[in-house]
Amino acid sequence: MQPANPSKPPMTARIERPLSPHLQTYRWTLTMALSIVHRATGVALYFGTLLLAWWLIAAASGPGAYANVQAFTGSIIGKLIVFGYTWALMHHLLSGLRHLVWDLGYGFKASEREAMTWGALIGGVSLTVLVWIAAYAIGGGR
Amino acid sequence: MNAPKSPSMRTPLARVRSLGSSHSGTSDFWRQRVTAVAMTVLIVPVIVVVLMLIGSNQAGAKQIFSSLPIAIIMLLFIVASAWHMKIGMQVVIEDYVHNEKIKLASVMANNFFCIAVALASIYAILKMSSGV
Repeated sequence: MQPANPSKPPMTARIERPLSPHLQTYRWTLTMALSIVHRATGVALYFGTLLLAWWLIAAASGPGAYANVQAFTGSIIGKLIVFGYTWALMHHLLSGLRHLVWDLGYGFKASEREAMTWGALIGGVSLTVLVWIAAYAIGGGR
Repeated sequence: MNAPKSPSMRTPLARVRSLGSSHSGTSDFWRQRVTAVAMTVLIVPVIVVVLMLIGSNQAGAKQIFSSLPIAIIMLLFIVASAWHMKIGMQVVIEDYVHNEKIKLASVMANNFFCIAVALASIYAILKMSSGV
């Protein structure tokens, strides 16, 4: 036991224990990179819900408010944001399914986890493109 | 917490047993999975609804949302996603924010944000589906 540091209040006093090496020590792997992407897409989707809420409120408010949303989603920046949002959603969905498989105790072999991760990556992009092709086929773009 | 001066007779192991160190058990972990599975199922009809709305004006959008099954699908999706993102963002905050006061404020702000987004969206859908 180390003596408690008198300069620190007792709530934050810690015993010095050996730490596991931090991220930069490890070889960069696909699953590591995609773990970060999963979190990043989650955070992006979090703030993207503002767009969803804005759209729903505008639809409930009236034609003027709705036209504002459509003007935004029809602009280049708006389209880019909605396209990015679509990809984040599709990727987070497939990447999350991977996590559910792991939660059930399957897919931990190197080949399995690599295959699922590539599947999420490629599947996310493919589904995004598919949804946008469908969108353009239906309404000539958003 | 592990300071030798701690007046408690309880061992560190006893403190984290049962509900764990956060005293809330695995409820957030479980709800994160429940909402994830719910959204996995709901995402297909939600995408169909969004595609149905493309190109329509406000009156058309309002009419689509006034359909009961569509309103219910959207409501379920909103509740599941708001809950899911509240838990997810809290995990992110707890991972990166180490200052106790800022962490507390961030977790609280996260709750406010998620509830506000969810209630605003729910209100909008109810307003449209009730035809007001």
